[in-house]
Parts: sequence; C-alpha cells; structure tokens
Amino acid sequence: MYDIIAIGGGHAGCEAALAPARMGLKVLMITSNIKRIAHLSCNPSVGGPAKGIVVREIDALGGEMARNTDKSQIQMRLLNTGKGPGVQALRAQADKVDYPRNMQETLFKQENLTILEAMVDDLIVENNIAKGVVLENNEKIYAKAVVITTGTYLKARIMISSETRESGPDNERPSKNLSDNLRRLGFKMMRLKTGTPARVAIDSIDYSKTIIQPGDPIPHAFSYDTTVIKPVEEQLPCYLTYTTEETHRIIRENISKSSMYGAIEHIESRGPRYCPSIEDKIVRFADKPRHQIFLEPESKYIPEIYLQGLSTSLPRDVQEQFIRTIPGLENCKIVRYAYAIEYDAIDPRQLWPTLESKLVENLYFAGQVKGTSGYEEAAGQGIMAGINAALKIQGKEPLILKRNEAYIGVMIDDLVTKGITEPYRLLTSRAEYRLLLRHDNADIRLREYGYKIGLIDEERYAKFHQKLRNIHNEIDRLKSIRINPIKTINDYLETIPSSPLRESVIALELLKRPEITYEHIIHMLNEEMRLTTEESEQVEIEVKYEGYIKKMLQQVEKFTKLEEKRIPEDIDYTKIPNLANEAKQKLSQVRPLTIGQAQRISGVNPSDIAILMVYLETYRRRGRNDE
Amino acid sequence: MIDDTIVAISTAQGIGAISIVRLSGQEAIDIVSKIFKGKDLHKVHSHTINYGHIINPDDNSIIDEVLVSVMRSPKTYTTEDIVEINCHGGPLVTQKILELLLTLGARLAEPGEFTKRAFLNKRIDLAQAESVMDLIEAKTEEALSVAVNTLDGRVSRLIKELREEILGIIATIEVNIDYPEYDDAIVMSNEILKPQIIDILQKLEHILEAAKTGKIIRDGIKTVIVGRPNVGKSSLLNRLMGEERAIVTDIAGTTRDLIEGYINIGGVVLNLIDTAGIRDTKDIVEQIGVERTKKVINEAELILLVLNNNEPLTKDDYALLELTKDKKRIIIINKIDLESRIEKDKLPFHIETSMLADEARDIIEAEIKRLFQLGDIKNKDLTYISNSRHIAKIRNAYDSLRDALQAIEEAMPVDIVEIDVKDAWMRLGEILGEEVGENLINELFSKFCLGK
Repeated sequence: MYDIIAIGGGHAGCEAALAPARMGLKVLMITSNIKRIAHLSCNPSVGGPAKGIVVREIDALGGEMARNTDKSQIQMRLLNTGKGPGVQALRAQADKVDYPRNMQETLFKQENLTILEAMVDDLIVENNIAKGVVLENNEKIYAKAVVITTGTYLKARIMISSETRESGPDNERPSKNLSDNLRRLGFKMMRLKTGTPARVAIDSIDYSKTIIQPGDPIPHAFSYDTTVIKPVEEQLPCYLTYTTEETHRIIRENISKSSMYGAIEHIESRGPRYCPSIEDKIVRFADKPRHQIFLEPESKYIPEIYLQGLSTSLPRDVQEQFIRTIPGLENCKIVRYAYAIEYDAIDPRQLWPTLESKLVENLYFAGQVKGTSGYEEAAGQGIMAGINAALKIQGKEPLILKRNEAYIGVMIDDLVTKGITEPYRLLTSRAEYRLLLRHDNADIRLREYGYKIGLIDEERYAKFHQKLRNIHNEIDRLKSIRINPIKTINDYLETIPSSPLRESVIALELLKRPEITYEHIIHMLNEEMRLTTEESEQVEIEVKYEGYIKKMLQQVEKFTKLEEKRIPEDIDYTKIPNLANEAKQKLSQVRPLTIGQAQRISGVNPSDIAILMVYLETYRRRGRNDE
Repeated sequence: MIDDTIVAISTAQGIGAISIVRLSGQEAIDIVSKIFKGKDLHKVHSHTINYGHIINPDDNSIIDEVLVSVMRSPKTYTTEDIVEINCHGGPLVTQKILELLLTLGARLAEPGEFTKRAFLNKRIDLAQAESVMDLIEAKTEEALSVAVNTLDGRVSRLIKELREEILGIIATIEVNIDYPEYDDAIVMSNEILKPQIIDILQKLEHILEAAKTGKIIRDGIKTVIVGRPNVGKSSLLNRLMGEERAIVTDIAGTTRDLIEGYINIGGVVLNLIDTAGIRDTKDIVEQIGVERTKKVINEAELILLVLNNNEPLTKDDYALLELTKDKKRIIIINKIDLESRIEKDKLPFHIETSMLADEARDIIEAEIKRLFQLGDIKNKDLTYISNSRHIAKIRNAYDSLRDALQAIEEAMPVDIVEIDVKDAWMRLGEILGEEVGENLINELFSKFCLGK
C-alpha cells in the first residue's frame, strides 16, 4: 500500500513523485518506459519568459527542475536584460542525454520513492474516492491518492501527412485504455494536438550561412542553491537562419498534403496558436517573405540539431524538399522527420485549484493531460499536485498559490477557472501583477511555503533568511547615510554620467536615479561590496521601482479581499433565485472556491456576483440560525 | 468591489430643486474633501450638515454651493462612512460633481448596491434579503437598457479605435517580452513610445473637450437677460432672434425651470429663462424684488447684463453687477451710437455695441463661444460623450497615460511604462464593458507570427 501513485514519468510526474516522497510519504511512480523518464521530447530548452520564472518558483518551493537544468545545461541566457526587472527570465539549452540521466539519478536515489515500469489501464475508485490503479496485466496497486501525469500519451496518434498511427511521442507505446476509463468515470475529455519539427545531422549543416547565437558570457543558474556553475566556455551556441521564397513555394504547392490542411478528413483536435506549423505560418501570414529558424543543439552526445520554427505535418518527401531550400541546410541529412501528435486531455475545469478532481476524490491531474503545453508548465503543476495530494493525506490545509504570488498560481487559476480551447502556454501577459512575479524574487515569494510544507530544509531556510536580513538592513542603512556634494563625488558622478550634486542627498534617493547602480553608491561611500549580486539586485529593484511596486501592492490588497471571501463547496447554484441562467450554468461547472475566482469566470456579470454575495450571506445567517 | 467607495445621485434626476449625491465607503470623506471648500470634513462631528462649496480641483473654480452631511461608520445606512452632498445647481451641475467624484476614485454604484451593502454589513435583516436580490435584478435590467442607449454608436467606435491603437502598442511591447528573439516586431523603446502616447493623449483631450461642448450643445445654456428698464433688453432679444421669429413660446420644461424660449445662435442653444422680466417696463429690482432676481441669476448659466451707454451707472446697475460677479456673464454696453455718459472705467470686461447694428449678434455670439470655449462648432467632430461615468473613465485613462509619459521622462524601462499604458487601456475598456483577459493574447497571435 502506497500513499501516492504518480502515473507517468515526464516533467509533471517527476515533481509530483519527488515532492511527496521528500515530505515523507511513500510514493510509487509508474512509467511505461523507465529510460524515458524526464525525457525532453520536443525542443531541448528549459525556461524563457514566464516559463523561466516558473522554473525558479519550483526551486523556491523545493522542486527539482531548476537544479536538474543547472546540472544538464549546455547554454544559458538571461533574456530581456534591456527591459525592466519584471520581465527578465533565464533560458537554458539542456542536454537531452544529461537532463533525463541526472533526473533519473535523483529519482532512483530518493528515499520513499519506488519506480515501476508498467502500463496503467484503469483506476480503482470506490464511492467516488480513488484507491489505486489497475495495470495492463490486471494487477491492482492500492494507494491513498493518485496523480495522473500521462502527458500526450492518452490515445495518442502520430500524424505525418495522411499517414496516421497509434503511437506516443518518438514511437513510444500510447495508453489505449486509461482515457476511456476516465470517460466512464464521468470525465469530459477533449482532443488536443501538438507537433515537433525535424532533426538534422549536426555535421551536415553549413554554419557559415547562418548567424551564430552564443550563450551569455556571464554564468547563470536557475536554482537558488546551485553553487557550481558550468564554465561559460563549455557552452554550445545556437544558430539562426531563415526560410526563403522557395521554401514557401514548395509548402504552398503541397499544402493539401498536410494533415492539418485536408490530408486527413476529420481532425477533431486543436493545435496551439503559439506552436503553429510552418504551413500554418505561411498560410496565415502570407505576406511575410521569411520566417526565423533556430538551429539548436540537442546534446553533446547526440549529433542532432533541432530545427526550431519548422513544425509540420507534411509528408517526408516534401519535408526533404523544403528544408533543403533553407540557407545552411542545402545538403543537410534529416535524422528524424517532423510529426504532429493528437491526444486525449481532460477539461481542466473539472479540477479544484488544488488540482484534485471534483468528480473523484484523491485523484489529481497535472501537465499536458489537463491541457497545457511545455515542460515548465507541466513541472509547475506536477509539484503542486504532489504537494496537495501529500498535504491532504497528512490532513493539512492545501496550498493554493494566488495570482499575485506565482506564475504557477496564475496558470492553475486560469486553467480551472476559464478552461481551455487549445493547449495552454504561460505568457507574461497572462499575469496582472508581473512586476511582483519576478524571476529574481521567486524565493522571497515562495520559500516560506516550501519550508512550511517540509520541502526546504533548515539549512537552505536559514540561508534564505540571512539573505532577507541583508537586503532589509542594507535598505535601512542607505536611508540613514547622506552623500555630500564634494568634488570627488561630483567628479565620479560625471564619469557615470550623472548630474552633479548641489546639496547633500540621502544615499537611497541617489540610488533612485535610473543611471545609478548599487555598485556606484558603494563606490561613492568608499566601501567594499558586502552584499551578494542577488542581494544588491534586490536592493536596487526595491528602491528604484518602489512607486510601481507600492501601487501594485495596493491593487493586490483589493484583489486579495475577494480571494478571501470563500464560497462553500456544496452550494447549489441552481437554487439561487434571480441568478442569470448563464451564470448558474458556468458557476455550477467551475464551482469557484472564492468570490474572486467566481468573478473571473467569463459570462458571470457583476450583478450575478452581487446576487451571489447576498445569497451567501443569507445562507450563512440561516446556517447559524439552525444551530 | 466590496471595500471600495461607491457613489450615485440618489434623487430622481430632473425632479426637485435639490439633488443629493451620496457616497459610501472607506474613502468617502477623503474623496469629497478633495473638492469641498468649507470646514475640514475629516474633523467635523458625525451626523452633521456642513455648508460650503464644491470646487474644481484643477482650477479651484466654484461649481456649486452645497450642504454636505457626514455620517461616520457604523451608525449609517450601509454601516460604512457615508457622505451626502446636497447640490443646488440643477442637473448639469450635479452631473459635474458626480463626474469629479468618479474621477477621484469613487466607483459608480451598481443598481441596489447601497442596499446590498447594508445587507452584507448586517444592517438589514434576513427577511429583506430576497427583496435586495429582486432590486439588484430589476435595476440591472433597467440600467442595462439605459447603458445600451446612452453609448452612442459613434462614441463606442471612437473608444474602440483608441483602444485598438493602445492595444497595438501593448501587443508590440508584449511580443518583445515574450518572444525576445522574434525579429519581425519593432523593438519598442521609449523613443518610439513617446510620440504614440502623446498622440493618444491629444485624442483623449479632444474627446474631453468635446464632452464639455457636447453638453452645452445638447442641453443648451440657461440664459437670462438682465438690466434696468429701457436699457435695450427687448432689442437685444429681438436682435438675437434675428430672422428666427416666434421661437419664444411658453414651453414648460420637465424640470422646475420654466424655459421660455430657445435661441440658436451660431449652433449654440440659449435657453431663455424669465423673459417676463425683459418685457416688464417697471424697475425689475423694485417690482419682483432682490430675492427673485437673485434666484433667477443663480439658476442661469449665462447672464447677459445690459447697460445703457447714454446714462451714468445707477444703484440698480451696481446691484446687478454685484449679483452676477461670480457667474459667467457678458456685460453689454448698449446704445454706443448715443453719447457716452457711462463710467466705463468702473466696469470689468465688457463689450460695446448697438442693438440697432447688424454686427451686434456676431459680437455677442463670439463672446459666448469664447466664454464657453466652444470654438467653431460647425467644424467640430460632433462626437460627444455625455455620461459622467464615461467621462470619468476617459479622464482616468488620460491620467494614466500622463503617468506613462512621466515614466518615460524618468527613463523607466518600457515594460514599466507599459503598466500605465495598460491601465489606460483597461479604463477605456470599462466604458465598453469589455473583458480584458484573452483579448491581448488574441491580438498577439493574430498580429505576429509567433511560435517554435
């Protein structure tokens, strides 16, 4: 008997298994192929805008993705450095061999965690409570909670032009029965689609016709705990090239052979807009003369290059033709062809914000199976599903991250409140409090939670608190120091350049000038740097953007008040008089936990919210009268 | 939405001499204090009525003479702080006050919201709950039909166009952020952003200006002609009417004010009140009394004060000059074809003409337009926004863009500047009642060819 079973060994499954095991629960991970655990089946990169911040949030909570990426990266860049602190994010090229290998090592070493290679066909459910799983060979394994993280494997079908076959990614075995059994339990399923481009042999490319894209010259790490960073000299570059008029001509002439443009009669699934195939780009943006193609190295050990920007479901011979019209790829050797994949997913509105299903208690979902896309999104949900399953077994309050606390919170709230029509991808534009959800302060936002639930140990926690103290002490100190308008100071200001002082000024005020950095201040004070880079970065951001941060915190205060107005789970919306029919239907479907969440459901109007609040107050007072 | 401060005109519009504007919420006293000249409302006792003036915080001009009741939490209808402003200046002035309060951060109350709060704050018992819900429902339907009617098609198109323009800016910034390597979108910098924001600011300014003009054009200017007997009031009236005879009729307005005639002068409607006083040959001050004259003057939005060039100023002239000194007025010295005996040096700004001359009408028309900043109405785009809530939102959007411009001056990064730009976009969206969420993301993917 296990506490928790995680079905699936992808990025969601790894975090969903590790978190509870580290919290002291007995966990079983079941995967159809142990060697494929933590495989990067699409592009070899981790992070990017919004996504990179999720990776840091996972780290702050005590998850594994950040540390594993740091161990496995072959290139790392800080993006949006020319912009404000709210939108900067790290992105790594991860080695496709090292990443799964390092993650597997961590999993195998993890106490309380068992890994089983098997195919799950069904769930054991009694009185709407999940009790375990049934394997393909009819063997039953019992557990207190089950987390489903099956990615794109449910009834997966691979498509290349008109050729389609049942298959998971990279010819892996798909799960044929689990989704029908979920349907039988009452789950509403939907069909989604995604794709992956071709890979070409590393030595068949003429790089002289491309533009080199090196990594950053300064070292970076995702994890707050990573101390040894791979030397920047060992980084592998990416390359940029473009499609040509000829590429477009070939694609246009063969468009009817694309599985998305008519080669297959009935495509029920919807692909993501942010992951369009090259034929889609050419049809929808017909006037664009060229599209960017990034050539990304997959691994130090595999001589393959990933063609970012060239997803397609055109037949192999057409792929051969058009890829060779791209500068640098004229004589390339295609190692693997592009394909599209279609799979079953559940409508995420069937889940509570804890990621537990509303239909079956103790059953959780995370990752692509509930309609997202991307490794980071999957991992972010995986850790939350794992944490909440564990907390429930431990009889503790669940952990629901709010929209003002984490991108993970934004993502889960979007999914369970609004549902999806295409695979969901995180974008910075989805967050209303972007300036608060920075990549530099993920630990400040979330480490406390990680510690409280037992995923952050005392040592890491103490280190974190020291950092907080250093930042606050330094800000207080800068408030109390004045800088005088003496010649040496003004001469130095001129070199920055910044206008000279006319009268003495508080150091903190001087730091508010856009061109002045914390280092400048330390220099003017004739001091040695005592803070770490991370700490001085915090000091700078808190001082320079104080006004904006304050304004946003005021908005958050209003927002939080509505998030604290709870709605009882057993409320029957159909019985509320005066509520508009659309609101009744939407509210019954989503069953929001708070007034704030109810308000975000599309189709629920302010007057519906007003009526709901009056009803809840009535309900509350009646309840009290009954006692 | 529960803890913010709400405001509404709580008397039926257009009926009754006094209108009451009521606010409820934590910031009620703060907000009213910003436009109230009189006692410090923060310091007055609870449940007191306080005399003073509502002023326009931009230029400190007086908008209305008012009585303000302050009722502090918890012994109030909603149990929150409540402030009630008793306005005397008629429906237009009341609307103006509402508009100011909305601009300063109060939110227009939803239908039944005062009662809803009273219930949620346990001021009303359970038996009344159902009626509260009925009230919300009924009023919502009513409000919806009104809202649909008030938003003119041209106005909503104008706002939509502006929003599109702002969305274009936001989308470009967002693309730069979410797809930093995507090279097809221009890289938004403060240099590119600045002229675009200034352009939108100018458009908003134009709308706000037009809103003022629009009100005047639609509602007309309540005008009274005053002066001693025989100074030329009737000739002025006739001159103003020009060819358009017989417009002066006895039409009772829907309000208490007896609008007695309309004159269209170069596109501006003057609503004449108290025309009886004009035709009366006796001394008006003596006959109808100072009180009545005061009342008429107080009600009017424009006073045409006629003086006789041929006579020295009398006691009555001085009285009228004093009574009208805080109002928008045009002092007209008539009969300049006669010998000048009037003490011009004792008069403030005035115009001189003869009602017998053809150009008199043009001179007065020009002066009215100058006074009300109407410009050349015929050449103006006749798109006007009249709803106070809409005007307040446009003003908020305008202020946000000013903040954005300020941030550019302070060399803030473009995504920080965007915070205020986005705010402006959301404020304008609230006028149309559009949802924010997916909008932007749709724009991103329809405009730019993104993705791996």
